This record gives sequence, structure tokens and C-alpha cells, in this order.
Amino acid sequence: MNDDYNLKGKVAVVGVGETTYYKHGQSPDPEFVLVLKAIIAACEDAGISPKEIDGFCSYSNDRNDPPRLANALGIPELRYSNMQWTSGGGGAAAAVQNASGAIMAGSANVVVAYRGLAQGQFGRFGRSGGSRPVSGPAAYTLPYGMMSAAQMYAMRTTRFMHEHGVGREAMRAIAMTCYHHAQNNPRAVMNGKTLDAETYDSSRWITEPYRLFDCCLENDGAAAMIITRTDRAKDLAKPLALVLGAQQSGGHRSGATAENVTDYVTSSFKPAVKHLYEQADITATDIDVVQSYENFTGGVVMSLIEHGLCTYENADEILTFDNLRADGGKLPLNTSGGNLAECYMHGLGLQIEAVRQVRGESCNQVPDVKVALANAGPMVAVASTALYGTEETA
Amino acid sequence: MTRSTNDAHLPGLRQPAPANDGLDAPFWEGTRAHELRVQRCKKCGRHQWGPEWMCHACNSLELEWVAVNPTGQIYSWQRPHHPVHNALSDRGPYIIVLVELPQADNVRMVGNLLGDPLQEVEIGAPVSVVFEDREGDPDFTLVQWEVT
Repeated sequence: MNDDYNLKGKVAVVGVGETTYYKHGQSPDPEFVLVLKAIIAACEDAGISPKEIDGFCSYSNDRNDPPRLANALGIPELRYSNMQWTSGGGGAAAAVQNASGAIMAGSANVVVAYRGLAQGQFGRFGRSGGSRPVSGPAAYTLPYGMMSAAQMYAMRTTRFMHEHGVGREAMRAIAMTCYHHAQNNPRAVMNGKTLDAETYDSSRWITEPYRLFDCCLENDGAAAMIITRTDRAKDLAKPLALVLGAQQSGGHRSGATAENVTDYVTSSFKPAVKHLYEQADITATDIDVVQSYENFTGGVVMSLIEHGLCTYENADEILTFDNLRADGGKLPLNTSGGNLAECYMHGLGLQIEAVRQVRGESCNQVPDVKVALANAGPMVAVASTALYGTEETA
Repeated sequence: MTRSTNDAHLPGLRQPAPANDGLDAPFWEGTRAHELRVQRCKKCGRHQWGPEWMCHACNSLELEWVAVNPTGQIYSWQRPHHPVHNALSDRGPYIIVLVELPQADNVRMVGNLLGDPLQEVEIGAPVSVVFEDREGDPDFTLVQWEVT
């Protein structure tokens, strides 16, 4: 790849921060205040003033728009604002990608990628209401009782398990791993609540094939990441966490309605992984720790396969609790507890955890991390995926 | 081959209405007439569902609605247990199927599988349409499926 057109190593994440993570509906603060607090926390982590921020990137349908944020923060120049469209949290890595692109293009110097959610204020994802007629694509699913996120993505997992004969063992191991890691993470909503195989197996169905513990949490909180030029980052306090690559990923007709995406059995990462690894000039074997977005565990299995970290044939053998845990596993996964057990901040927490692993600051630190992967959004219309690395990886 | 019913499988959920841009009105008119209609490109003949303004194969804007044989095979399925809408609170589990229509370029449709909600569901099983006629404002008809 021509270096002039590759962001690898040219931008860095210099600050990460989050609010207290709350159970859904429990935040004492309005959503906008949560976002402000997360941005301030990320600036403090970076050791830079919030007044230096001149760009904002978010995703999904974040309600906290950059003009309002810049106004509240008293930012002198708002040079760049950006929103990435997809379903759910599939844009978490894309927000970092877009921030990186803005810096590379000279559009901004210090960009914050952020996401805030306060469900007490605005309502839950896993609940649908109303009695008015529904039209458009939702009319092809909702009258049949298919409206929640779990229901939107369950049938992909059914079909995946049917075609490849794997998944259930791996799904259990992923859920147990996330809860295991949350026990060392004081930020985690599920800190203090463990999950064993028996509890997983006896948990209630949300929608077959997903049990309760296959499904992400719903939470209140906010998270933020400060991104700037690498030459600037070198003057700041924290160890360098370089952006090695970041890509969005939507295959042929990935946005087709009524489940008509051409390649149905996919986490949506197939188109992007080749570009991601080319951009970062690595292979899957160079990745030391993985943060893989869990909306639902079945999507994680597909994501890890499509990132080349295991295969359709050996997924259940590789994706075991012993392999996935940070303390001694060969493929450490979701070391903060992730969306299942730390917090569902639409996946931005997973991007932050990848940065902490590269810095050596994780609560479940994997020894000698050089390259960390963090993806977002499996099975959604456009997913995104990013790689972070230490100074020596650039 | 097909039949119709007046029994509401999941009563109380929001009823479908044609999109306000008119795109899918022929589909919902079709279900009222107990016809299963999908789009077909006048230029290249490709079938398409859900509806779009353009043929995704050849990019023609010349699309027509055609009635297709209302049968298919189960491509995937799920069985929701957790009620996500008040109308489902006392309903118990139900089955959602994704049905592939081989006679229409393998487009897929979402519906409920009628019958025992705890039945074993077999991917690949042949299914046929049950038109579910419902009273509403206006009346409407859903496309349900049962194993043939």
C-alpha cells in the first residue's frame, strides 16, 4: 500500500475515558452530561485541554451533536464533525477511522470519538412498543414478532450453526470469558457476578438460539477517545497507542431488507479484513489480544473466523474458556468484560480496552502486547474493525 | 396449495401499512388478494425482495410486480421466548422463519411458522403460504407459513 495513502502509525489514541457505567435507566445524569464527562475524562487521561478539540466523530444515531458539545465545552474552532451510519454499534471502529482520516487530511488536529447512552431518558433497545401502523422494511418483520436486536440477528446464527456444525460450545466460552474478565474490572457492571457453564446452560432463552447470557447488556454511560497526530502524541504522557488500520465493512447488499443480504452467514467482516491487514501490514498471527464486539455471542464466533483467528472447522476447539482468558490463554478475548459484562456502550468500550492493552494498562493485562484488534458490530449492515499497536509496530 | 385464515397468530402488534412513497403498495394489495407478489426486473428478469426502486442486478428502473408460487423452503428460524412487546407478554414462545423462494431467485421472506410453537423446525423443510386476513384500519393480510 502506498504510504501516502495509508494512515498506519500516523495517528494515535492519546486519551481514553468513560463515565461510571450504570445499569440501564440508572444514570443520575442526562445523556448529554454523560458525554461531556467522558470527554473531560479522556482529555485528562491525555493531558490536554478540552479546548484543543477541534473535531468530533460518532456513530449509530448518537443524539449528542457536535455543535452542542462544542458549545458546552467552549471550543474555539469546530473544524470537523462526522457521523457514521449503520445499525447498532457497528460504527465504533469507524468513528476512530473517520477521526484518523480527518487528522490525516489536515481537517482537524485533535478529534474525539464518542458515544453516549442514557436509556432511562430515551428508552431501551430490547423493548418495542406502540400501536401505530408500521411501514417500510419494518413492516416485513415487525407484525411477525421480529423487532428486537436479538431477533434481528438470531437467524444468522441458526443458519451459521446449521451450515458449519459449530458454535454452541464457543458461544458459552465467550460468555464465560467476558464475565471472568469483568471480575478484575472495577468499571464493569457485572463485577462481582460470575458465570459458570451450568448457569449459562440453564439460563432462559431470549430467542433460540440465544440464551440470556448470549446477549449484550443495556447500559447508561458514555465513553470517549482522543485522537491526534503521532508527532503530537509523542509529547504526551501516555505510552503511544498507534492506529495501525481501521476499515468499514459492508458486503454485497449488506443493507438488503427482510434478511436478503446476499451472503447471509457472515459477521459482515469478510470484505474488510483483507484491507485491514494490508493496511497494517500484519497477519492474524501478529494479533496479541482481541476485543470482538458482542451484540450476541454467535456473531463473535463468526467475527473471529472472518478475522482469520480460527476456522469454521476448529472454532469450538480454539474458542474455549482456557484459550480466551487473559490469564494464560492463547487468544485473549474481551479483556474488559466487553459488551456482555463490562458495559454496552455500543462498543466504544472495546476500542478503549484495545488501547489500554497496547499501553499496558488493562485490568486484565496480556503480557507484551504489541498489536490489539477491536472490531464493532457483527452482522450489521456496515461493521467496522481497527488495529492498534505500540510504537515499534509502525 | 395455499390457504387463508382469520386467526391472528400474534394479535396486538403494529399492523403493516404501505410505505408513504408507494414502493411496496402492490405487495400489500397482493396479500389482500391472496397473491404473493415480488418485484421482477423488466430488463433482466431478476426477482427482488424487499422492494427497491432499482434492480440491483442491472440497475434498471423498470420493475414490475409479479405473483409467484407461494411456496418455499425454510432457510433459517428462531423461536422467541422473551416478550419484547406488551402484546406478546402472555403469548409464550412463537416461531419466526426465514423462507427461501427458489422459484424467485431465492429471495427470502420473514413470517411465522404456524402450528405447534414448540415443534422441531427443520432447515430445508418445504412450506407454503397461509394468508392471515386481519381486521384493522384498514384491514390487512399477513403472509404466514406452514410445513407442507
